[in-house]
Amino acid sequence: MDPRLAAAVTASKLSATAIRWLGRGGGTAAPGVVANLIDPQVLDKLSRRVASGCVVVAGTNGKTTTARMLADILEGAGVRVIHNRSGSNLVRGISAAFAGQSSLVGRPGGDLAVIEADEAAFPEVVRRTQPRLVLLLNLFRDQLDRYGELDTVATRWGETLRTLPADATVVVNADDPSLAAMTEELSARRRTFGFAQDRYVLDALPHAADSATCRRCGAPLRYRRLFLSHLGDYRCDGCGYARPPLDYAVTGLELDGLEGVGMAVSTPAGPLGLHAGVPGLYNAYNALAAAATTLIMGVPADAVGRGIAAFRSAFGRIERVDYRGRHLVIVLIKNPVGFNEVLRMLAMGGLAEPALIVINDLDADGRDVSWLWDVDAEQLAGVPATLYTAGIRGADMAVRLKYAGVPDERIVPLGELRAALDRFTEAVAEGGTAYVLPTYTAMLDLRAMLAERGVVQSFWEQ
Amino acid sequence: MNIYGDRGNVLSLAQRCRWRGIDAEIVSVGVGEPLDSGRFDVFFWGGGQDREQIPASADVHGVKGQVLKAEVNDGAPLLSVCGGYQLLGRYYRPLDGPELPGIGLFDAWTEAGHERFIGNVVVQSDEFGEVVGFENHSGRTFLGPSARPLGRVRVGRGNNGSDGTEGCRYRNAIGCYLHGALLPKNPAVSDFLIHGALERRYGLTELPPLEDDLEDAAHASAVRRAVATR
Repeated sequence: MDPRLAAAVTASKLSATAIRWLGRGGGTAAPGVVANLIDPQVLDKLSRRVASGCVVVAGTNGKTTTARMLADILEGAGVRVIHNRSGSNLVRGISAAFAGQSSLVGRPGGDLAVIEADEAAFPEVVRRTQPRLVLLLNLFRDQLDRYGELDTVATRWGETLRTLPADATVVVNADDPSLAAMTEELSARRRTFGFAQDRYVLDALPHAADSATCRRCGAPLRYRRLFLSHLGDYRCDGCGYARPPLDYAVTGLELDGLEGVGMAVSTPAGPLGLHAGVPGLYNAYNALAAAATTLIMGVPADAVGRGIAAFRSAFGRIERVDYRGRHLVIVLIKNPVGFNEVLRMLAMGGLAEPALIVINDLDADGRDVSWLWDVDAEQLAGVPATLYTAGIRGADMAVRLKYAGVPDERIVPLGELRAALDRFTEAVAEGGTAYVLPTYTAMLDLRAMLAERGVVQSFWEQ
Repeated sequence: MNIYGDRGNVLSLAQRCRWRGIDAEIVSVGVGEPLDSGRFDVFFWGGGQDREQIPASADVHGVKGQVLKAEVNDGAPLLSVCGGYQLLGRYYRPLDGPELPGIGLFDAWTEAGHERFIGNVVVQSDEFGEVVGFENHSGRTFLGPSARPLGRVRVGRGNNGSDGTEGCRYRNAIGCYLHGALLPKNPAVSDFLIHGALERRYGLTELPPLEDDLEDAAHASAVRRAVATR
């Protein structure tokens, strides 16, 4: 037995329980801090003890959804999974998850670990957990005030990937030119996934897009097809670097409004049909990533299909609640690309229902609200819906809507969330549906308010 | 170069023209594309990642930079933020690598630092009153003897974090480190640029006002936030 490790795990479990008992929040990160203070190697040790190793999921958008999909598919196939389920994805949160899902002496309570890692924490998480498989989803401009520039993150990721041994696998979204370039010439095995469909394509690079220049030579990239932000089928004018061949490709796609997505996927072992109960192009990418990864890990195709079909939205990303006789659809917005996709989804259906957009600027939301100007809010100019704004920086969102061409009478600025929620709800017809689009901390506040009123389960109970 | 939502500045200018019945066209002039003299009324040059500043610097020397300087000296309004601001100065000295020459429009120069200045900023300006934005830069810009700052920093670090200045003013040109985006929340600055353009081309002396309730509310909210997060 390792007494220091046991002490760290025990302390972590005790603090988690104490925090929840005192009603001070989910207890998903502080216990990890405690554990690392007692044993700085706690994550390294616990992760090495997991019999079938670790899978690390990284990317700007879709980490939580994809990691949950992976966990669900694996559990459905009979694998016991350790997972940092509540989306706490820094070293301290991951440590707390491992400690919480291990015995008091540090014996892991699962055969395999699925770990969602924050972009900045990714190098350290890989170093400590020595994963057998790394899944790279995308790299978008997100909260630049937290991470410095995109290029720095990309460089550090590249360095990290080059440390992976030959028996590790990197599963990468080849539609992302940065990720494709940084996974060339690795010791580890590379498997690629992406889209090869024609139905849902963009005309031009949206304003939120970055990485439209070749990482190898700096020349502009040309796209044969562009799917979402800078993800597509590209080729560099300068050096000829092009999207690598796809091992797992979506050849047919059906977006079913807010209900879900249907996909035809070609794989090395033949074609596969999938249907996921989460909507939008970005979830199609998430489902493809999860399917490719679990197939590569040896999960039979029918179990993969079942797992994806049964999947419903993860913590906070899309929630449906009944509140005071209205149906609220709550969709988290984190960054320009995610916001654009949500707007695209809503505008496609000709949004007539009222929507409340709640913008905060705490650390987890991104302190610099400039990102609102990279959102294609112009998509809302032509829809009939009335748009309400709230949150610490709600006033900025109202201005964004105005300059996007939304007429004054359809912009209703409300103040802080608590009062705004009730005023908004009253403005929605009884029995009607409305959308709430909060940034991260606003979503936490919203859930807390709804939980107080008995409406949703507190997130840490899921 | 357009980063951190700088596109909002261009939108502010274009919409504030259109709402006054003035047709506005937004034209993007990229690296390698020529800048036609006399064709444009207002210039905007935003920020970029370090990797993008090198080709941008090379591009702006030669004819393009000469045209730009001539336009500004002739009274053309210009707004430059962050990277654009730096390259309009005399030079930008990065931590590693060669010095990037600017075109010397502003009597200012910039040196890279280690610490990044990140946060809400409030600037007291004689011309525009309180100007509010968000800074995120490691470059430290110093103003020469003939340069005027945009204003004095009330909250935040500004040009270099030590002399209390932010931005630079020369004729109708403005350089600064303020994202936010800057113009949507500071309609007075936006209207200054529009007015300068219309006066220069058409001799217009007065610009009809617009209803700025939402902009003023966002301005006030941003100032409160800046003070609270100081």
